[in-house]
Amino acid sequence: MATLDILYFAWLRERIDLPRERVESSAATVADLVAQLVGTSDRHAAAFADLAAVRVALDQQLADFSAPLAGVAEIAFFPPMTGG
Amino acid sequence: MQMQTPLYAEGELPRYARHIALREVGGPGQARLKRASVLVVGAGGLGAPVLLYLAAAGVGRITVVDDDTVSLSNLQRQIIHSQDRLDMLKVDSARIAMAGINPYVTVVPVACRLDAAEAALRVQGQCLAIDATDNLPTRHLLNAACVAAGVPLLSGAISQWEGQITLYDPAHGAPCLACLFPTMPADDLLPSCTSAGVMGALPGIIGAMMAAEAIKEITGAGRSLRGRLLLHDTLWGENREISLHRRAGCPVCGTIHGTTA
Repeated sequence: MATLDILYFAWLRERIDLPRERVESSAATVADLVAQLVGTSDRHAAAFADLAAVRVALDQQLADFSAPLAGVAEIAFFPPMTGG
Repeated sequence: MQMQTPLYAEGELPRYARHIALREVGGPGQARLKRASVLVVGAGGLGAPVLLYLAAAGVGRITVVDDDTVSLSNLQRQIIHSQDRLDMLKVDSARIAMAGINPYVTVVPVACRLDAAEAALRVQGQCLAIDATDNLPTRHLLNAACVAAGVPLLSGAISQWEGQITLYDPAHGAPCLACLFPTMPADDLLPSCTSAGVMGALPGIIGAMMAAEAIKEITGAGRSLRGRLLLHDTLWGENREISLHRRAGCPVCGTIHGTTA
């Protein structure tokens, strides 16, 4: 099990109602971690309902959902913002 | 002997004294600002500080595109406009405010909704395009036009209490908008300022950062935001920087400038 810092931005944060949380996980990839998070609450499930526009950064580097989590400490999920 | 047209009008130069005093700008940097031609799409929340600061900085030619008019609910954050210019086209209201702070800047108002043809036309000859729009379709349209023309695109976006800013430039190794966000999210996931609200000073913060990045890009000062996305969160007082990369096979920039991913 690893301790992961998870950050949420924009409407992900609004839906989950948390800017960040610390999670114990043995997820191998980002996709596995999302599956774990979706199971934690309805809010998480709503936030991750449509992953098409959600991007992820591992230790502040843009990554894909198939990326491995080994050695990663911080996972940030962010969508495009549109307002101007 | 051939007479050269002077770069500055008589009496203009002293207004730029504080920029000229900066080692990273100086006389040569100020001359680059004066010779620069910049496209700003959107004269709303983000456009307000961008346009005011670029006019004040003496950017020679500023083209402003927006089809909207000034409404009362804009004035909580769009401080380039004013009570006595309600219902005026935003591009005309912006031009008045910009001329008020610096009459030596050429402002080209374009009162239309950007489409592909207009975008292609307007990015031609610009040294920088600035995305201060309020919707993703226009952002992607402008991105495609900038990629095709090889014009760097400084992009800012806001949502409620948070902002994003980066410089898209696949011609110089940085990703384009479609590399980062290849898929358009469903409409109901994208709250507009109208439905979700926006904290009034937020576009001031992000817009002023965009103006600063534009001045850096034109003068060559410092380190640009190419390949870096800044996320700013006013509600929690936090910043994050995310390193970006080009996406192999990006449908917008992948074949035009070759992939480096």
